[in-house]
Amino acid sequence: MSDTASVLAVTVPESKRSVVRRQAEHLPGDDRFALVDKHLKRVHFAQDQLIETLHVAQDVFGSLSDEVLLHVARALRLPPSMVYGVATFYHLFSFEPPGDHSCTVCTGTACFVKGADDIVSGVAKAHGVRAGETTGDGRLTLKTARCLGSCGLAPVVVIDGEVLGHQSPQVAVDRLDAILSADAPQAAGLGSVVVGGGA
Amino acid sequence: MATPIDLHEVTEREREAQFRTPLRVKVCNSTSCASAGSGAVLQAVRELAEGEFGNTVAVSQTGCMGLCSGGPLMRVEQRGGGQHDYHIVTPISAERIVRNHADHGTPTAEHLLDTSMPFFARQQRIVLANGGVIDPDRVESYVAHGGYAALAKALTSMTPDEVLDQVRLSRIRGRGGAGYPTANKWALLAAAPGPVKYVVANGDEGDPGAFMDRTIMEDDPHRLLEGIALAAYATGAHRAYIYVRAEYPRAVERLDRAIKVARRNRLLGRRILETDFDLDIEIRIGAGAFVCGEETALLASIEGRRGTPKLRPPYPTERGLFGAPTMINNVETLANIASIVANGGDWFASIGTEGSTGTKVFALAGDIVNTGLIEVPMGTTLRDIVEEIGGGIADGHTFKAAQTGGPSGGCIPARYLDTAVDYDSLRALGSIMGSGGLIVMDDRKRMPDVAKYFMEFSRDESCGKCVPCRTGTVQMHHLLDKIASGNGGRRDLRDLEHLCAVVRDTSLCGLGQTAPNPVLSTLQYFRAEYDALIGATEVSDA
Repeated sequence: MSDTASVLAVTVPESKRSVVRRQAEHLPGDDRFALVDKHLKRVHFAQDQLIETLHVAQDVFGSLSDEVLLHVARALRLPPSMVYGVATFYHLFSFEPPGDHSCTVCTGTACFVKGADDIVSGVAKAHGVRAGETTGDGRLTLKTARCLGSCGLAPVVVIDGEVLGHQSPQVAVDRLDAILSADAPQAAGLGSVVVGGGA
Repeated sequence: MATPIDLHEVTEREREAQFRTPLRVKVCNSTSCASAGSGAVLQAVRELAEGEFGNTVAVSQTGCMGLCSGGPLMRVEQRGGGQHDYHIVTPISAERIVRNHADHGTPTAEHLLDTSMPFFARQQRIVLANGGVIDPDRVESYVAHGGYAALAKALTSMTPDEVLDQVRLSRIRGRGGAGYPTANKWALLAAAPGPVKYVVANGDEGDPGAFMDRTIMEDDPHRLLEGIALAAYATGAHRAYIYVRAEYPRAVERLDRAIKVARRNRLLGRRILETDFDLDIEIRIGAGAFVCGEETALLASIEGRRGTPKLRPPYPTERGLFGAPTMINNVETLANIASIVANGGDWFASIGTEGSTGTKVFALAGDIVNTGLIEVPMGTTLRDIVEEIGGGIADGHTFKAAQTGGPSGGCIPARYLDTAVDYDSLRALGSIMGSGGLIVMDDRKRMPDVAKYFMEFSRDESCGKCVPCRTGTVQMHHLLDKIASGNGGRRDLRDLEHLCAVVRDTSLCGLGQTAPNPVLSTLQYFRAEYDALIGATEVSDA
């Protein structure tokens, strides 16, 4: 099919819509969906706003559960398969709830040249977690990024949103230990909010 | 309807304001300096100015001053001339510096930056001219430094064809990597029929190690908007998109604010500057996919779909966004347009080399003393960039290679340091200009590792649509991993070279076609390193 408009115009067949609608129903009183709906209304439910909508949804929910994806699909009248296809194509969308804390190691070229790989493996080893994953206790998510553009500070690590330059494996691990032990025992972090969905 | 901005009056008012305070302090608040702590410096100086010094010290944030390794950077301007730049300032030292200037009129030697050093002296700034000068959040600041004058000139005294003629005369080539003559693209869109056509600014700067476009979008957003407006006027488009990587939230925020302010001042929207020209610009945010820098993939992404490329022709200028004729220009290309229109195409063509006119912004990083953002005339030698501007190799090591063009480019060895850098010379060396990332590597780096690094990147970023790229990058990475870890044999190297040729020749888009470049160029110049690695395991050939 060559015409973009016609690709976008494909919607869920009428017969399947009730199924989609039913699955997309969510707990009453969850006003996070209202935030997504507000964005949808603002962009007039335009189908080409799918990626923007997914960004908003991920901001609101922390990650994209099946329930959220179905909600977006239904609102934009797009096949769930297409919404899922788009969401999984782009690196920035995630489907697992994030950990309480995040550690992102930049693996852009400048940081690579300055030893970013050692930082990734150092943190991974210290916390028993692989890049792209969250620790079993949900405390820490380890991520890598392709260039944060702070090449002058290479190698760069971002811990809970704070950009830290000139890092080494030991410095990064120490910093993480300090942060994790600061709110250690029973503190309920943001990541423990139950985000809908799943099969 | 909003009243249009009076460019002349704003300029006068800004100039006047400049003379009201004896001292003006500008703190670089660009991403790199912000990471180094410029926010705290800015706050400390603001508090000092508002408290103790009343209205005698004006404080503002400014965009990238270039020397990122010296961040946070601060500039102090004294009324009646005299400007001093400081590096690696802290809130405490910043206070001391400002106090010295305010009380004694003397600079502080401790953090003073020598602006006659080659890093600054050898640069020629067109695109980055406003870095360290304007406050990116204030359109008045941009206007006072000549902003929107080119747009006003074009809309009131030039026909669209005349604008296009100046771009043609400038002989500017696309700054995104391939170096296609910009005027040719514009002419195709201008000639395309129909009332609906689009201009798209490509701000999907995906090369790891490149941050030129981000700096333009963050630190001089109106320059980009003006460039887009001129492009739209010349080509008859009334709608434009800026596609920005989601990894650049600050760029999105600043552009968003700039667009709103421009609309309010009738620099965008209906009847721009009270002429008959209408234009609206919308920002679209990516979601982390390197392939979206490829123009057909980028368009798919703007339409909200998976960013997979399409076979060309039809070219986007024929059939692009939502099926309408579309022209995609790189952010840096568009950032040059206002200067070209203001100063004339001939002026631009007089800078640089015969085949590559103008300047180029490079992001200088790696094992080098001065890292940061530089803008030099095309044709500056690699040696000048690395040894003079970059200050040479750090920690007493020696230069081994310069990597340009990111995952689509190659490594240039020491014996070609005297090459004048332009589109054609880099291509002849098996690399490409790319968007302008320039990573310097010292003698400790092993080239097969570097090739493996880039292949891993291409493997992760392959969109999966065409087979050669999807499976080829996986296999090439596997072979490189085997070789780099000392487990490869001669046959692996042979297979690798063969695969490089196949993937290069048969992939659908630029990502696949250029993915073998880092391997091919390191094989061309550093073959001995590969041979040494496979030599040890000759027996594993079977």
